[in-house]
Amino acid sequence: MNVFEAVVVGSSAGGIRALENLLAPLPNDFPLPIIIVQHLHPESESYLPKILATHCALPVKQAEEREIIQAGRVYIAPPNYHLLIEEDYSFSLSLEPPVRYARPSVDVMFETAVYAYRDKLIGIILTGANDDGSYGVKKLKQMGGYVIVQDPKTAEAEAMPKSAIAAAQVDKILPIEQVGVYLLQLVNRSLRGGIS
Amino acid sequence: MDDLDTQNIELQLLLQAIHLKYGYDFKNYAKASIKRRILQRLERDNFKNISEMQHKILYDIDFFENLLLELSLNVAEMFRDPPIYLRLRHKIIPELRKFAHLKIWHVGCSTGEEVYSMAILLKEEGLYERSQIYATDMNKQLLKQAKDGIYDIKKLRQYTANYQKAGGLESFSDYYSAHYNHVVMNKSLKEHILFSDHNLATDGVFGEMNLIMARNILIYFNRELQNRALGLFFDSLSTGGFLCLGLKESIRFADCAKYFEEVHKDEKIYRKF
Repeated sequence: MNVFEAVVVGSSAGGIRALENLLAPLPNDFPLPIIIVQHLHPESESYLPKILATHCALPVKQAEEREIIQAGRVYIAPPNYHLLIEEDYSFSLSLEPPVRYARPSVDVMFETAVYAYRDKLIGIILTGANDDGSYGVKKLKQMGGYVIVQDPKTAEAEAMPKSAIAAAQVDKILPIEQVGVYLLQLVNRSLRGGIS
Repeated sequence: MDDLDTQNIELQLLLQAIHLKYGYDFKNYAKASIKRRILQRLERDNFKNISEMQHKILYDIDFFENLLLELSLNVAEMFRDPPIYLRLRHKIIPELRKFAHLKIWHVGCSTGEEVYSMAILLKEEGLYERSQIYATDMNKQLLKQAKDGIYDIKKLRQYTANYQKAGGLESFSDYYSAHYNHVVMNKSLKEHILFSDHNLATDGVFGEMNLIMARNILIYFNRELQNRALGLFFDSLSTGGFLCLGLKESIRFADCAKYFEEVHKDEKIYRKF
């Protein structure tokens, strides 16, 4: 039985609107941290937390190195750094080479999240025009976590959700409008011990 | 105890083995990055587990040196974060101008891109001839590359753009000679750079620096090693000397933080008082 402890999200092209959709239904007492890698231009200002905060009842901030991850907060990877999750539930940043042309990379964040949270992790892959995230999804499923993928038909760019679906037996494929509501139900059920 | 716990034991033993055999101490590095890089290598070379790979690491020096390169390679760029160089040029250089001789320590110089950026900045500000730059890295292979100063020509467009945004006064192409697919940095830029190996986890103080550039080094360390490194920087700086960290780094958790003044918050430039 999984009692989930964290949510990790990967998105790329078209991701900002998808993230707004994902976060909008979540109440301010949502009990898990949500950690997001959204591909951005390396020199882009870190405006993303501000944009998402206007669509979300939870506090949204850029992840800082050595920061302790707290429940009920939304964290965004800074542009041009990889975001890694330590096993003591804190963040690290790194300038390792881009992975599949991406930095931050969804795969790097997901893989390290799997080492930290093991099977108590929910992974979500949204719209994007590349295959970043599919390796991370594979790792997440190997460890027994739960994976939700945006229905490629509802995605602005379908490559990322499609390759995630091809990489592993994912648990749920949903149109973007339903992902947030489903996440909330899933987490509430898991807290009541109802998911097996 | 499951496989992941066993793997963590193996990782701990491996880092201990590397330290004992080769002297490189990764035990206080941020674990996630080290673990991911080691597991990537393991997957690529089809080792069954870390213990099997440890055997290879202990008995095959070439294999170890190759792994070491992967563990210490982080992407460097000329004039990375151009606003930093603007700030150095306009606010820090005028302070440094007051000294007859300048000592600058470039920590974790990797393949040298940022050291040459500093040399160019000092040249354009007329300070290079009275400067000595100490460029250090723990990895001798990377130091060799830094000393050679040879870079892929494909990166030059980005570097040139960075140089211009960083307030460059000349034409960037004056600083290198182009060959088929690479460029070689001018010899004159190297005259006052001394490349040497230094490990922040195990080595000591470097004396009386006016400026320490330590950008994007601390992000790879845990709090304990960050504290040690910042203590070393503090002890290596002369009074009134400057410390420049990476944009996402901070001294606020270090014991020596109270002896530094934050002079340019956004650029992470501190001054020892």
